[in-house]
Amino acid sequence: MNKYSPFLLLGLLALLPFVGLSSYMMHILILFLMWSVIGIAWNLLSGYCGQVSFGHAAFFGIGAYTAGIFYAKVGISAWWGMPLSIIASTIAALVIGYICLRLRGPFFALATLAMGMILKVIAENLTDFTGGDIGIMLQQRTWVDKTGYYYIILAIAAISFFVVKKIVESKLGYYFVAIREDQDAAESLGINTTLYKTIALCISAVITGIAGAFYMNYMGYIDPKVVFALHDISIITIMVVMVGGVATYWGPVVGSLIMVMLAELIRSIPKLGEAHHTFFGVLLILIIIFMPNGIVGDFRKFAKFFGVRRAQR
Amino acid sequence: MEVLLQTLIAGLLLGGLYALIGLGMTLIMGVMKIINLAHGELMMVGMYVAYVLFSAFHIDPYLSIIVVAPLLFLLGIVFQKYLINPVLRVEAILPENQVILTVGIGMVLANVATIIFSSNYQSTPVSYATTAWYLTDFWKGAPLELSLSLPWSVSFVFAIFITTGLWFFLSKTDTGKSIRATAQDYDAALLMGVNVKKMRVVTFGLGSALVGSAGCLFIPIYYLYPDLGGQFTLIAFVITILGGLGSTIGAIIGGIILGVFESLTATYLGMGWAPVGRFAIFILALIFIPGGIVSLFKKRRLAR
Repeated sequence: MNKYSPFLLLGLLALLPFVGLSSYMMHILILFLMWSVIGIAWNLLSGYCGQVSFGHAAFFGIGAYTAGIFYAKVGISAWWGMPLSIIASTIAALVIGYICLRLRGPFFALATLAMGMILKVIAENLTDFTGGDIGIMLQQRTWVDKTGYYYIILAIAAISFFVVKKIVESKLGYYFVAIREDQDAAESLGINTTLYKTIALCISAVITGIAGAFYMNYMGYIDPKVVFALHDISIITIMVVMVGGVATYWGPVVGSLIMVMLAELIRSIPKLGEAHHTFFGVLLILIIIFMPNGIVGDFRKFAKFFGVRRAQR
Repeated sequence: MEVLLQTLIAGLLLGGLYALIGLGMTLIMGVMKIINLAHGELMMVGMYVAYVLFSAFHIDPYLSIIVVAPLLFLLGIVFQKYLINPVLRVEAILPENQVILTVGIGMVLANVATIIFSSNYQSTPVSYATTAWYLTDFWKGAPLELSLSLPWSVSFVFAIFITTGLWFFLSKTDTGKSIRATAQDYDAALLMGVNVKKMRVVTFGLGSALVGSAGCLFIPIYYLYPDLGGQFTLIAFVITILGGLGSTIGAIIGGIILGVFESLTATYLGMGWAPVGRFAIFILALIFIPGGIVSLFKKRRLAR
């Protein structure tokens, strides 16, 4: 990847709607970009900082519900959810971080998973506030045409990509990687690990929250089972990055492309539709055993498997 | 008062079953140092086996433990040997790969169950499902009216039997001692001539068998559906955090505390909030006793 390829890709994606794609293709592209955003966010916290989160649905749901609740209760446009979700996700990240970041490794992972479940149960039970299982529905979406949504999510994706890239290349990024590689060693070198882990969690939560607020605007309907889903949000987030490549810039993007295409492909085959979790599960197992660093991370292995020889680095 | 006592009894009975689920997880966590996120799904598999045995051959769910426990033991061994062990050797950036792997296993199990049995709620309509003992039947002038459900009590007694059996196995037999040695110090156990690799496999099998039998005990009193696994994985995890990581006694105490607490929230706040009570206790445990209940005893001993 050379220096200009992100801009090239961005330009290409910006021009894509002019080709005159069908509404369905636009929908897939929007999903692809949305999952890239969530994957990029997860990758910062888990890939670079090493704090594997199993509960990113928590932040996704908080973003979506911020937009939804302000729309339904205050009566402002759901688009306000995007800036507001920054505040909401930061607060949530600070609280969740205070509780969970004292745990390490797999215990942190499970604690975040529990956090996601707690929020789901709360959203289901606070019926006056969130509408409970009925969910929140937008009376009318901003645009019928998908192009507007496409450019908004493209902008979000581009900004998150560059923000995360800048962070990882800065001093902060080196702190994150140091924490991932050896937390005690990082601590002994004078890195305030709790502070930097919290920073990573906050940035990751804010990006995910914005994606959640976008989801509310785009889909026009949310309920606790959809936005706080364990398998369909949290685990898919992990898969997006695992498939693409953990701790690589392009991993989440590649992974999201593959996962969205795969999901649509499996769903379109009639009998196989209900087995799509099995497919994802088996894919996850295979990826972990044979390509633990994902397609981007293990590109050499991947290329060799298909008999392609790379010219040079 | 009556309601409170009744709630406490229900909570205690539930807690005994929870302890069994937590024990399997704490064993695996102690020896393998990994979290088995497919734990609840293994329980779900056990429940469906019991369900099939009941609906096809009319075998009582309690009897089906004889079939389910060995079956899940084998299943656990297969997972450990062919899926988890290879991953332990793989070099990867994230050390949590094994945990994510167990998530994948859980997903496949739940989805396969959905395909085979559909996602409808099912139950085994045993004849004694609603039988209960009432205090007034035994003591005419009792000031309180308390009841004790038959299947709940039987399940509780079974859970105690299995737990006692496990305790004997772990403290009296050679294999049990080796498992404990592996959990305490992997390298030292290896140097002392313990076949630690075999112990890991056996432990995973044992943990699966335990949670599978817990499934059999649950099925007369609970309904089953393919996605119930995730819920019980979390319960097991909360118990292990509450009790102390890798501690068997902690798992038992944690299970009972969780059961009582959950049944209190269900009675006084409403059914829907019971999971919140579960997680509230989890968060409180994380903040105030990160070492689990076991650490409290240890501290006291040191203070003396």
